[in-house]
Amino acid sequence: MNSSSYSDQSKSGAAVRCEGISRAFAGTGLVLDRLTFQIEPGEFVALLGPSGSGKSSLLRLTAGLDRADAGRLVIEAEQGTVSRGFVFQEATLIPWRNVLRNTTLPLELQGWEMERAKARAQEELWRVRLMEFAALYPHELSGGMKMRTSVARALITHPNLLLLDEPFAALDEPTRHALQQQLREIWAALGMTVLFVTHSISEAVFLANRIIVLSPRPARILLDSSIQLTETRTAALRTSFAYVEEVRRIATVVPTPEQET
Amino acid sequence: MNFKTKISSLLPPLLPLILGMALAEITVRSGWVPSYLIPAPSEVIRSLIDDRVELAVAAWTTLSSALAGLLLSFTTGTLFAIALSASDLARRAFYPYAVFFQTVPIISIAPLLVIWFGFGQPTVIASAAIVSVFPIIASTLLGLKSTEPALIDLFTLYSASARQMLYMLKIPFALPQIFSGLRIASGLAVVGAIVGEFIGGGGLGSVVDSARTQQRIDRVFAAVLISALLGAVLVGAVNLISALTLGSWHISERKAS
Repeated sequence: MNSSSYSDQSKSGAAVRCEGISRAFAGTGLVLDRLTFQIEPGEFVALLGPSGSGKSSLLRLTAGLDRADAGRLVIEAEQGTVSRGFVFQEATLIPWRNVLRNTTLPLELQGWEMERAKARAQEELWRVRLMEFAALYPHELSGGMKMRTSVARALITHPNLLLLDEPFAALDEPTRHALQQQLREIWAALGMTVLFVTHSISEAVFLANRIIVLSPRPARILLDSSIQLTETRTAALRTSFAYVEEVRRIATVVPTPEQET
Repeated sequence: MNFKTKISSLLPPLLPLILGMALAEITVRSGWVPSYLIPAPSEVIRSLIDDRVELAVAAWTTLSSALAGLLLSFTTGTLFAIALSASDLARRAFYPYAVFFQTVPIISIAPLLVIWFGFGQPTVIASAAIVSVFPIIASTLLGLKSTEPALIDLFTLYSASARQMLYMLKIPFALPQIFSGLRIASGLAVVGAIVGEFIGGGGLGSVVDSARTQQRIDRVFAAVLISALLGAVLVGAVNLISALTLGSWHISERKAS
């Protein structure tokens, strides 16, 4: 894999420290209730919980798109400055820009020259296997291709913290599995810290090295556990006994809808 | 689409026109309806041919006034909408007046315009601009306020400046609405120009007014016909620009494949 341009910051992640974070919204009331946890640089953490449990709220706080009402959220880069990439639930592509120009957007906003930005975008499109579709517009793409464009765009700033908000939820299963594996490979190659929000237990177990399970609203931490699986995650893993056992172990902790209020 | 299907798709709207014209011709010629109330279509056509030079000059005057008024309302309306979209306070303070302004009938303030701008084109342009400015403000504002929240998040995440947010996201995102406002405004600009000409003089408005005093009902109809055509031409031009601008990406202009 071509990671030459990452040489200066390869295998560099950011640490996330959450100290007593609370957040309430008008209407829904308290969503996050004094959450405290820490994520080490380079960790792949899945944030798991029922829908409406405040996972997305927590992710938005981490992204700097929202502010906590109480508590402290500290993000520190191992080297250099903190750089975040964000992959939304929807691909959130700009309809009048083609794949290449959607990917260059973050660099354009940071004042990069167009030619340099395009060269960098081509590297990222190659990484997500979209090179030959660079000239297509969003309405010409399948759901999986849109999401891969979104991932390439998030990677283009070489983030040391990658935040993903249920990015694969709307995709069909084969596409979802392919993208999960691709994301895992990208993480293995680049080594940034990943915070992945999902409500799918099997997805969380397949992707992450550590899972934090949140309770229904207001979110508290029900379980914070590392996942005991091999580093390389392939399709074969999904049918292995160890994988199924891990899914079962996490599932016993995750609240079922009947327990929700 | 081949020739045959083209004809069959044109036939339904053409049929009432032909029948209506034939009916008018018969009723007027047979004297059931006096020709000083409704002219025979053949008279209108004759007037269109006989007075073609005068009508063409008048149409050109009206069109240029309407275009100038539209340009004026588009620039001021868009800038006003951008200013209002930037601040909730500004919107609460000024938007109600924009709505109120729209409810003032142009015909009642046209004499005022003559007092301010005198007889001639400035009054006509002002009238066209005043009538057409509100749809531009309203649709541009709506477009600028309906940017997809996730895209705003995306731009915020990468610390986009207010200028980048406006030029790279909000304005392009609002283009479909801006065009739909412009479409309504372009028809209204012709109306405003003609009302302005009734009082300020010149163009098709004057032709209608003087033909009325001369009891030349055929010329009134000819001028009305041309002014309707002018509106259609302007709306068509906006449609063309809209298709060229949005064609590659926006669902409203995309051809079904």
